[in-house]
Amino acid sequence: MKVSIYRYNPDTDREPSMKEYEVDTQGKDLMVLDILALVKEQDESLAYRRSCREGVCGSDGMNINGKNGLACITPLSAVAPGVKEGKKPLVLRPLPGLPVIRDLVVDMGVFYQQYEKVQPYLQNESPAPAIERLQTPEDRAKLDGLYECILCACCSTSCPSFWWNPDKFLGPAALLQSYRFLADSRDEATEERLSRLDDPFSLFRCHGIMNCVSVCPKGLNPTRAIGHIRSMLLERGV
Amino acid sequence: MSIRTITFDAIVVGGGGAGMRASLQMAQSGFKTALISKVFPTRSHTVSAQGGITCAIASADPNDDWRWHMYDTVKGSDYIGDQDAIEYMCQVGPEAVFELDHMGLPFSRTEEGRIYQRPFGGQSKNFGEGGQAARTCAAADRTGHALLHTLYQQNLKNGTQFYNEWYAAELVKDADENVCGVIAISIETGETVFFKAKATVFATGGSGRIYASTTNALINTGDGVGMALRAGLPVQDIEMWQFHPTGIAGAGVLVTEGCRGEGGYLINKDGERFMERYAPNAKDLASRDVVARSMMMEILDGRGDGPDGSYVYLKLDHLGEEVLHSRLPGICELAITFAQTDPVKEPIPVVPTCHYMMGGIPTNVHGQALKMSGGHEGDAQPVNGLFAVGEVACVSVHGANRLGGNSLLDLVVFGRAAGLYIEDALRQGMTQYEPGNDDIDAALARVNRWNESKGGESVPALRKELQSTMQNHFGVFRKGDLMEEGVEKLAKLRERIANAHLEDKSQSFNTARVEALELDNLLEVAEATAIAAYNRTESRGAHSRYDYPDRDDENWLCHSIFDPRSKQLGKREVNFKPKTVDTFQPKVRTY
Repeated sequence: MKVSIYRYNPDTDREPSMKEYEVDTQGKDLMVLDILALVKEQDESLAYRRSCREGVCGSDGMNINGKNGLACITPLSAVAPGVKEGKKPLVLRPLPGLPVIRDLVVDMGVFYQQYEKVQPYLQNESPAPAIERLQTPEDRAKLDGLYECILCACCSTSCPSFWWNPDKFLGPAALLQSYRFLADSRDEATEERLSRLDDPFSLFRCHGIMNCVSVCPKGLNPTRAIGHIRSMLLERGV
Repeated sequence: MSIRTITFDAIVVGGGGAGMRASLQMAQSGFKTALISKVFPTRSHTVSAQGGITCAIASADPNDDWRWHMYDTVKGSDYIGDQDAIEYMCQVGPEAVFELDHMGLPFSRTEEGRIYQRPFGGQSKNFGEGGQAARTCAAADRTGHALLHTLYQQNLKNGTQFYNEWYAAELVKDADENVCGVIAISIETGETVFFKAKATVFATGGSGRIYASTTNALINTGDGVGMALRAGLPVQDIEMWQFHPTGIAGAGVLVTEGCRGEGGYLINKDGERFMERYAPNAKDLASRDVVARSMMMEILDGRGDGPDGSYVYLKLDHLGEEVLHSRLPGICELAITFAQTDPVKEPIPVVPTCHYMMGGIPTNVHGQALKMSGGHEGDAQPVNGLFAVGEVACVSVHGANRLGGNSLLDLVVFGRAAGLYIEDALRQGMTQYEPGNDDIDAALARVNRWNESKGGESVPALRKELQSTMQNHFGVFRKGDLMEEGVEKLAKLRERIANAHLEDKSQSFNTARVEALELDNLLEVAEATAIAAYNRTESRGAHSRYDYPDRDDENWLCHSIFDPRSKQLGKREVNFKPKTVDTFQPKVRTY
């Protein structure tokens, strides 16, 4: 089958280009990451990130035939009709909207900065008990769909609002994490957390486009989390 | 060659659970601490831990006792786990786990609001007399992910200085073999730097990638063990590799033991629940070495399924959709993605798969690395300036076989212990050993070798050969002549790897260079494993030999020590002196 990969090495290339490779899959429905490994055996200069190869570490987010996803859990058959059969090329590009370091590796700096801005850690100044802080199963259930985020950046880099204002709009990944702590019954910093979001950009640049939801490889719903934060901010304003 | 030096009080190499627990402790104390990780920390392999963290927090059973956990762990280790270290881990464990909750780890909960605990293999109440215990604290089946993210978040809060996507290539020692820091390369820019520190903490994880089929992440290449061996330091019990019973056939992806804890069980091609024959009491929740061997015997006796009869099944559908989706949601996802099987409807094809390195750099309970006065024999003494925690270390709490859920506990207990010890030592004034220029040049030699290579075999082909050698010669069942052949093959591979070629010499994000440097480490771990396995002439825990089928307490109730300089295997005494309880004497191990 044919694979077309975005290549750019700042040491040697003046501009990026797409490079074509031929890979023998023996008809198997391999994962996109397996294809990258086969290409790297032909051409060791290809750069991409990878670690767990099972969809939990978030290293290999990339743009696969136009849609962001994780290479390690995207089988060829799920990319687009005809790709597995070799009738259509597999087209791999770096996540959009972030500076490219090399090939499929992007500079995640601004993405991590936005994550850090939401103070993504539990805040509780009450003296800790000798055992765990108790939490009902119902309260714990509020964290489901939030804590599972793997910081792959597929969502934020598919969000037009994030493309426009990556430094001011926090983006879906960071906002999902913000709500993960707002929703935690053990966290006491609700008021401070909400205050920091109450400006025209941090949260309110979300226009409900929902690209984040359609690309999230873990099936999470940042738009819904953003909606919950909006409601909390509105209730607080009344 | 002159390179930049960056100086810290302490550096931690590796951003998994152990490394970040250690760095958190030191960052909280205000000492200048850096964490060097070849991946962004939440991409570390701890993220893949599923079932939980085993600890007697007395939630599922208010009468639970850490001594029962200790008994299980000693028995699980097949009696070569150090009883003082196991005692420390099991006793301090609850405090370390409650800290994780206070940090925000989203544990699953009981109706009483306490942390949910599930049964795991090898667990008992009342020193093996009270039946199955439920002692593994869980965040659904994503406990490692929850733990790793929580620790990263706390390190952010406490201002740990991260060097993410920096690759530590070599230890730097002075002329007297004291550790002064590491050479590390910025993957993004290619810059090579000397990180100088009073304390260097290795938390580099395991090395499952020496095998062709493994549950381990692609990054698990034994970098810490490789660096230690090249520095002439010994490794302990390195022949002890755990094969996890349930890796997804073909893909190698892990399916948590928690599945069997929740009531799942293994069946052969005839649908028979075969573990009832091998472990009549514990059945599917026998210790991992026992279950893995039983599965292999079913397969070798022709009761495996699939085109080559090469796997058995893990049956879960009887648990019902609700339990599966609430307790094991990640497993449902993985099975659909990697086995095209929905566990709600069909059993998952599974096969024993390389999972965990019980051996590693010998340490004491403070994480101080140890060496032997006579290379492979003599007295154990601390290596000045070097610490090791987590899977890279052999403290030893796992002995010849680790119990499920004990690895996460090991990470946080000993990451914390090393942090506390170093904090105290720094306060009292730790020596900064100063290397000479020659010492730095010596540490750069390997990186320079690859950078200057002009031709030769390629890295991926050699790596594949190494992995298949380990898979075929040092698997679940081992045999002297087959291992001897494996040792010879590895010796030849050593020569070939020493002459292998790195074609891409560019600076920016050169992952080919990282993979080349990793290959050297894979080789070091593989060779140490092979020689140790060949020389341990008995069967114990995960080390199972056709030619020596029995445990030999007379000759081998001891640690093995592999000395990389002489390539000799020596013996070291196991600690049988816990401080607060009576010694657990070796017994015949049945489940």
